[in-house]
Amino acid sequence: MEQLKTIGRELAMGSQGGFGQSKEFLDLVKSIGEARSKAEEDRIVLSEIDILKRRLLEPDIPKRKMKEYIIRLVYIEMLGHDASFGYIHAVKMTHDDNLLLKRTGYLAVTLFLNEDHDLIILIVNTIQKDLRSDNFLVVCAALNAICRLINEETIPAVLPQVVELLNHQKEAVRKKAIMALHRFHRKSPSSVSHLITNFRKRLCDNDPGVMGATLCPLFDLISEDVSSYKDLVSSFVSILKQVTERRLPKSYDYHQMPAPFIQIKLLKIMALLGSGDKNASEIMSMVLGDLFRKCDSSTNIGNAILYECIRCISCILPNPKLLEAAADAISKFLKSDSHNLKYMGIDGLGRLIKISPDIAEQHQLAVIDCLEDPDDTLKRKTFELLYKMTKSSNVEVIVDRMIDYMISINDNHYKTEIASRCVELAEQFAPSNQWFIQIMNKVFEHAGDLVNIKVAHNLMRLIAEGFGEDDDDADSKLRLSAVESYLQLISEPKLPSLFLQVISWVLGEYGTADGKYSASYISGKLCDVADAYSSDETVKGYAVSALMKIYAFEIASGRKVDVLPECQSLIEELLASHSTDLQQRAYELQALLALDARAVESILPLDASCEDIEVDKDLSFLNGYIQQAIESGAQPYISERERSGMFETTDYHPQDHHEVPSHALRFEAYELPKPSGPPQASNELVPVPEPSYYSESHQPISTSLVSERESSEIKLRLDGVKQKWGRPSYQSTTSSSSTTQQAANGTPTYSDAGVGSSSSKPRSSYEPKKPEIDPEKQRLAASLFGGPSSRTDKKSSSGGHKPAKGTVNKPAAVPKENQTPVQPPPDLLDLGEPTATTVTAMDPFKELEGLLDSSSQDGGSSDVMGLYSDAAPVTTTTSVDSLLSELSDSSKGNPRTYQSQTSKGPNTKEALEKDALVRQMGVNPTSVPVLDMGSTVDVRWGSPTFHKMGNEKFKAAFSSFNDVKLSMCNLAIRNRIRKLCFRAGGNRRDSEGVKRYVGKWCGSEEKNPGHFNYDMYMYWDEEPNWKSVPPLKTP
Amino acid sequence: MIKAVMMLNTQGKPRLAKFYDYMPVEKQQELIRGVFSVLCSRPENVSNFLEIDSLFGPDSRLVYKHYATLYFVLVFDGSENELAMLDLIQVLVETLDKCFSNVCELDIVFNYSKMHAVLDEIVFGGQVLETSSAEVMKAVEEISKLEAASNSISLVPKSVSGWRGR
Repeated sequence: MEQLKTIGRELAMGSQGGFGQSKEFLDLVKSIGEARSKAEEDRIVLSEIDILKRRLLEPDIPKRKMKEYIIRLVYIEMLGHDASFGYIHAVKMTHDDNLLLKRTGYLAVTLFLNEDHDLIILIVNTIQKDLRSDNFLVVCAALNAICRLINEETIPAVLPQVVELLNHQKEAVRKKAIMALHRFHRKSPSSVSHLITNFRKRLCDNDPGVMGATLCPLFDLISEDVSSYKDLVSSFVSILKQVTERRLPKSYDYHQMPAPFIQIKLLKIMALLGSGDKNASEIMSMVLGDLFRKCDSSTNIGNAILYECIRCISCILPNPKLLEAAADAISKFLKSDSHNLKYMGIDGLGRLIKISPDIAEQHQLAVIDCLEDPDDTLKRKTFELLYKMTKSSNVEVIVDRMIDYMISINDNHYKTEIASRCVELAEQFAPSNQWFIQIMNKVFEHAGDLVNIKVAHNLMRLIAEGFGEDDDDADSKLRLSAVESYLQLISEPKLPSLFLQVISWVLGEYGTADGKYSASYISGKLCDVADAYSSDETVKGYAVSALMKIYAFEIASGRKVDVLPECQSLIEELLASHSTDLQQRAYELQALLALDARAVESILPLDASCEDIEVDKDLSFLNGYIQQAIESGAQPYISERERSGMFETTDYHPQDHHEVPSHALRFEAYELPKPSGPPQASNELVPVPEPSYYSESHQPISTSLVSERESSEIKLRLDGVKQKWGRPSYQSTTSSSSTTQQAANGTPTYSDAGVGSSSSKPRSSYEPKKPEIDPEKQRLAASLFGGPSSRTDKKSSSGGHKPAKGTVNKPAAVPKENQTPVQPPPDLLDLGEPTATTVTAMDPFKELEGLLDSSSQDGGSSDVMGLYSDAAPVTTTTSVDSLLSELSDSSKGNPRTYQSQTSKGPNTKEALEKDALVRQMGVNPTSVPVLDMGSTVDVRWGSPTFHKMGNEKFKAAFSSFNDVKLSMCNLAIRNRIRKLCFRAGGNRRDSEGVKRYVGKWCGSEEKNPGHFNYDMYMYWDEEPNWKSVPPLKTP
Repeated sequence: MIKAVMMLNTQGKPRLAKFYDYMPVEKQQELIRGVFSVLCSRPENVSNFLEIDSLFGPDSRLVYKHYATLYFVLVFDGSENELAMLDLIQVLVETLDKCFSNVCELDIVFNYSKMHAVLDEIVFGGQVLETSSAEVMKAVEEISKLEAASNSISLVPKSVSGWRGR
């Protein structure tokens, strides 16, 4: 133990690069890694904070120690704890002359501080000095810090030096200076506006890296102001050409592509410059065509460039040849098995569809596959595409799909988005009013709390105003259907508040209008609502207002009103409500019940919610009363200002005096074209019988001025919608195949026979030809893509036939390309299964032989074992040891991979070194049991799914072995070690076992560049009295 | 612009997190947790892209890649190409692989400052600065060489420095 500590300290002293931290730090990392709960982790970190606080107060801390403390602070902050007590030390460290310390200081401050932090002031000076340093690394570190720490006010302090650095001899510095300047530009464009020419100059830099870096700021600049960079079009094109012709140094190649990231940036810029510019588009078309030809679509990065080309083509002026190439590329993407490429394909399709709408047709089945894919990202992207291609012919299918998906997800953010899209599409393309109401009902039912309140007002207004031109009959039918649907839904538990408001309002207005439902039935339902949602005052308010309307209509029509007992009790409860609004409503209702039919009718006339209310601003109806009063000796009214003598002008109207105090505030908000604006609010508390109270019948919630405003806005929007709906050709165009097929969804069918049969024809003609494609999907495809040109055809009544023909022609081309997605994709990534079968098929006896064989070989060669030759359980050790190596090849049963294993195989020395180091550093427990595997485990264990299929494989390999008992994942060695398991990745939740780092596990058969390894740990559980044998030795 | 780079392990512990716009610590933690909860609910063999407006504001995308015990995550806005970002992760990992030879999670934990040095060479102030892993390596090596030179005393045992030198 002591020894370990000294080694740790020794290492810490010489800290740099590698395992440069002290044992304390490693212990911290380790214990956090093993923490079983967040609370435990917090406790560990808090105690670490305590330690650091104390340490930092000590005088004369050695610099290297200090550096480690700073790193520990950074680490703590990464784990989400406040390390602000140490910020000042990080700042101090930036002043140090030692490069390492300085860099650490800069790293820490860039992670700790924001640009407006008080301590920045202390750093600016250092940065200025460092920017002038001879050592380019110091300059780089300072430039790095600038990006994060400089704000608008401090930019001028460093700007001249940064500009100077643009001509620095080192390309690394030039690059970073450009980026720093770019950052300044983002922060405060005005501060560097005079330096923008520098970016243009740097575009011609000798170093491709610098040139590539310059593209970032240029992209920003160009997207702000396209026109002043048109002259650069040819330069960008020629750069791109040179890049594709491999004129750049080899080091910029990435997966055999020449400087792909630069190409992508260039394409992005070209898309900006080329949009709407014929000249530029023509210059670009050549090089774009070349790119399509040259791009290697087998690599990820090649596809990235292809996608960028598609994007670029969709932005510049359309060129038929390029569009064709783009469509080809998209179809390749869509047919690929990779979800990433499908995603890009869908995205590209969404872009191209704006230019050539019929492009989606040939990919219909691929799109539907994506729609049904389990991958959420892909699904959402596909919905986005569908949203873009929605038209009146397919709106029903698309919106139905969207709603189904909306119901299935829990992510509120996306739910809101998709709900608003549903509403938007429904408003824009609704084929019929009933359908619209149904869709809205669904949206409200499942996402009612998430949609904008405007949508609800909108719906109420639609129902009130009716949809048809002058067809009262249709309107009342519609209202009846709305009422019926609401009566059905109302008993569902937990409806969203907004939906209940709509329901209450509609029931109040139209519940009894048709005479189908009795007043007592509707009022009973409304009472139930008020009861069930007693905590929601808004809903209650709506319900009471609705009750009031129902009773008013009853009274007005001369029927006797029986107030249900539950209504009576509701009213009584509300009379004593804490909410003044509810109280008022209850009192009003009570007062109304006592009035006669004539009075009631003038208060709440039947179906008058759409009528405009004329507001008498001058309160002229009071004139007679005032006159009378004055005549009988009352004083004329003197406004408050006049009374206090502060106001001289006399021609002020009484109501103006109300507005004056808040004049400044109200001025803009009340600027409404409608007369029904502000004065209403002040009228609210006028007693019931007065005529101005008519306004109440409009808005159940009378208090809100905002809603008044909103509804008037909505009205404006609706007018446009209404026009659309009013078109007589509507019914015939929308009755394409979709309607009939979706009947199952409960959508009423409106199809007239002629069109219906024409659209069903194509299906019957091609269905038998390709039975392998799910007819469901085909139908969906037909309904989604069926009417490609119906948007334009809307006006002509014969339009419905054209799309149908389009579908007839298609099938011939479709079947071939659509078979690919139907086939099960080759299970390339899951390598587990084949290996597993070979393992289980193995003969246990042969296995045993093999194991013994290799154990004798391995036992001899294993030099680590030699160290522990006097250890008691050596035999066990070697067996397990060799078992593992045996396992690695036997489980594969594949000579080829075995070879690859040996060729790439264990670097014994390396593994030893590392293991020893790790052990010294205290990752492992202080007492290391005999079971040492240091030399063998860095073998690339051939089984790629080892930790997933581990149980099976272990069982298969070890079951015949005498000394080993296996209990599922854990491997028990009789008498000595109760449990043993290996685990990739260091974090184990139940850290009761002893842990030991054994090396890395490659995890896959072939090692590509840019591979990541698993850390392998070994866990075991010891018998209570078992002592570990050898003392720790350093190799 | 790149908004954030994160490396999380499969347990949700951040191994490296860098935000290119200032975020208070609590916000950072919230985002890390949010990202992790999204990532760990993703099944295997699905795309590496995510739209993540709910966490990072409008027009935010996320690209992630799962290597052994680590998730590499890039968050960026619409001005970057998703596939290219995926390859940027690959560049980063390739560089780390060269840097540490057979890189694994422990290397990242214990070489915190070096990780940042590598990352700073690749992404600078939210923009992609360098994408050739050879160039990045060159820069990082130069830094460590100079750092070593500026460090006058070295008490590191030979075996260790040999290991570190790789």
